[in-house]
Amino acid sequence: MSTYFLFAILLLGFVITFQIAKASEYVGILKGEKKNNESNNRINGFLMIVFLVLGLIGVYWCNDLFKDKILGKAASDHGEKIDSMLYITIAMTGIVFFITQILLFWFSFRYQHSEKRKSFYFPHNNKLEVIWTVVPAIALTVLVGFGLMYWFQITGEAPKNAMKIEITGKQFNWIYRYPGKDGIFGKKYYRNISDAENNPLGLLWDDPDTHDDIVTSSAMYMVVNQPVKLIINSRDVIHDVGLTAFRMKMDAVPGTPTTMWFTPKYTTAEMKKMTNNPDFEYEISCDQMCGKGHFSMRGVIQVVSEEDFVLWRSKQVPNYAQVMKDKLPAQATDSVKAVAAK
Amino acid sequence: MSTDSTIHGVDEVVVSHDLHDAGHEGHHHKETFITKYIFSQDHKMICKQFLITGMIWAVIGGLMSVLFRLQLGYPDSTFPWLEDILGKWAKGGKIQPEAYYALVTMHGTVLVFFVLTGGLSGTFANFLIPLQIGARDMASPFLNMLSYWFFWMASVVMITSLFIETGPASGGWTSYPPLSALGDASLGSQAGMDYWITAMALFVVSSLLGGLNYITTILNMRTKGMSMTRLPLTIWALFFTATLGVLSFPVLLSGLILLLFDRHGGTSFYLSDIFISATQKALPNEGGSPILFQHLFWFLGHPEVYIIILPAMGLVSEVMAINSRKPIFGYMAMIGSLFAITVLAFLVWAHHMFVTGLNPFLGSVFVLLTLLIAVPSAIKVFNWLTTLWRGNIRFTPAMLFAIGFVSMFISGGLTGVFLGNSTLDIHLHDTMFIIAHFHIVMGVSAFLGMFCGVYHWFPKMYGRYMNNTMAYIHFWVTFTGAYLIFWPMHYEGLAGMPRRYVDYSGWSSFRQFGDLNRFISTVAMVVFAVQLMFVFNFFYSIFKGRKVTSKNPWQANTLEWTTPIHAGHGNWPGEIPEVHRWAYDYGKDGKDFILQTEPLGADEQHH
Repeated sequence: MSTYFLFAILLLGFVITFQIAKASEYVGILKGEKKNNESNNRINGFLMIVFLVLGLIGVYWCNDLFKDKILGKAASDHGEKIDSMLYITIAMTGIVFFITQILLFWFSFRYQHSEKRKSFYFPHNNKLEVIWTVVPAIALTVLVGFGLMYWFQITGEAPKNAMKIEITGKQFNWIYRYPGKDGIFGKKYYRNISDAENNPLGLLWDDPDTHDDIVTSSAMYMVVNQPVKLIINSRDVIHDVGLTAFRMKMDAVPGTPTTMWFTPKYTTAEMKKMTNNPDFEYEISCDQMCGKGHFSMRGVIQVVSEEDFVLWRSKQVPNYAQVMKDKLPAQATDSVKAVAAK
Repeated sequence: MSTDSTIHGVDEVVVSHDLHDAGHEGHHHKETFITKYIFSQDHKMICKQFLITGMIWAVIGGLMSVLFRLQLGYPDSTFPWLEDILGKWAKGGKIQPEAYYALVTMHGTVLVFFVLTGGLSGTFANFLIPLQIGARDMASPFLNMLSYWFFWMASVVMITSLFIETGPASGGWTSYPPLSALGDASLGSQAGMDYWITAMALFVVSSLLGGLNYITTILNMRTKGMSMTRLPLTIWALFFTATLGVLSFPVLLSGLILLLFDRHGGTSFYLSDIFISATQKALPNEGGSPILFQHLFWFLGHPEVYIIILPAMGLVSEVMAINSRKPIFGYMAMIGSLFAITVLAFLVWAHHMFVTGLNPFLGSVFVLLTLLIAVPSAIKVFNWLTTLWRGNIRFTPAMLFAIGFVSMFISGGLTGVFLGNSTLDIHLHDTMFIIAHFHIVMGVSAFLGMFCGVYHWFPKMYGRYMNNTMAYIHFWVTFTGAYLIFWPMHYEGLAGMPRRYVDYSGWSSFRQFGDLNRFISTVAMVVFAVQLMFVFNFFYSIFKGRKVTSKNPWQANTLEWTTPIHAGHGNWPGEIPEVHRWAYDYGKDGKDFILQTEPLGADEQHH
């Protein structure tokens, strides 16, 4: 009912606007085109300056309103670099933004039509044009310089001591794999994937390196202040590992593994305290359209101390052991023992 | 009447028309309703066909955005009337995720291709090229007509896809495989995707037929004295636009054909290592790369954004000079920067792919080339500002939209400097920041440019004016509304809020923007309502608008204003006028304006 009411009001508003518009056209004709244009010109010229002033106030107000909601402290070393790049860019583009917008509306207001003024015939001026070719070029060189410096640091080789974690996207959740004690990810083949047989990544059990691989979907654990290298895969369509708090992002492409690395600087517990938000989590958001569940493809990262990580890992049962226990209980216990003995 | 004559050289055209027109002054060939309004070969009628089809599409596309903004702004409310119109797609009055993604996808496709490419280029290239270069019609009026009818067929196929049982394509307007290739992975990738590909193929054909025609006409059919450097900037912009389209649309088509093969031919161009969770089946395809599609797509996709913005730049340059009563500042620099943008448009596509696992070194090359585009863009902005400086500005509705365009282009262009820098793109990629950026810089800007053109050339199209009061309301609400919608959206993006989410309430990182989303949605609806008022103003004014009484209502220099108020097919009743000067002699030597057809005075300086 309220919807129809709303539509009725809209329609009414529209009819009124239309009648006023029509009436003002007749008035315009009566007043004479010239006079009418003059008054229209004055009104719109005035609105130009009003828009400029209100707009600038709005920009300030909007910033004030949202500045605390956007960027908490960057939680990774790379994130800090990205933040500094962001501030450099905001500063430089901000200057240009204010100068050009103010000039635009000021000129519009200042040089509105007047019978007394003749427009100034000014078709070109080489000196001016050279200036505003060279100055932006220099400014952009600075931005490219900073940008690429950070870019190569961020995308460069991961440090040797980086912990390797494999993350695989599927419709619509994430699967994490740790190489186990041997530090080697066992082989896998996508045709071996079977959710029914608890082999979501298609690990090849013939490869002994798979036997201690830990596969989990609950949360990705990493150690604070230790570099971590993610090996990113997809099981079906393109997904994207988006880590807002770390300011990192990388696509998960089926058939082509990608990587990214960073060093988390604060544990989840520390972040909860620093952000004053008991609900804080390091979330993994899928940032590449992947189907109907795209918006709900949420993963969680737990950044913990080294001791907590070791504790967590000791509680994890390798995928191989789980599968074998389901299949052949007797045999499996042997192999679990065998793995444990290693 | 010009079909036969245009086969011959330029000189002959003039001769044959002289003979021809002598006997048929003010009178046209016997025209039936069908040849005049439907299968017309008159560029002015084809322009109107493109414009009105574009407007219908714009209303549909805009309405889609209102629907999904409703869901985003009011995630907890239900709207039973939505179920009435959308049926199972809005079960219980809530837009279902599949429907949401279909709406988002179609909104993008419709606005980018059918409105801002077909509608914008199709309208103004058809209208202005023959009129402003002094030609009777296009080089091939027949191909021109086909161009519209292919566009029409593409529209029919695309519209049809909205009504099929599994719904239209829903993998985003970029339709990345494997999602778009696998019907099992997404409902919209079933029949809807085939319709989408078919419609796009027809659209590409339309665009090529049109584009080749525009280029040929501009190069070969300029009237006597109309050298390339005397062309108005509109024509230069449309020329580069057509060039971009002709060189890049075929690449998109090839990418789509490969996609079609992957969908139905069992090939593996884009597919590898895929296990579908819904069916619990591994696909046989191995060795393909979905990234290949992204390269092919963005090789069109990036030039496409310039295909959208260049015509708007041309229209704005022309309108701004006329209404400042000043020459456009730095005419040659304007052409040079258009050219630079055109060339660079082909060299930056991979900046859409910084986080696809692209080699970082290759990424760095694309950063450099991408940020280079800011230089010609800056030149254009400063030249527009200088055109206003010490002018004598008349705020016609077209002029307001031109000024609005420059403001939007600055704002959106500057956020492009953020995204083109790969370091920042890591954080901002696929967030609401990019949504804000491209809506401002190509969506809103291009629309403002298009409105600027419509208001300015409406008197030439229909011999009547549009209503000024409604036009002013239209401008101020649209302009302010667009900033209110998209400016705060940057903040959502800075917080990392991903795009294409139907609901953010499950996320501790993003749910702080509920109020803002509601605000944005509300403003979006108001702005949409005002666009409907524009549509009403347009159609009302065709029949009831104030009549144009002089040939040259804006006191402009270009050739279209030397034609009769209601120009017939062939444009000029007598001889085609000869051109003696550039298009921007405003305020020169104390004269308010000097038509291009006026010979240079004895001691007059060339510009």
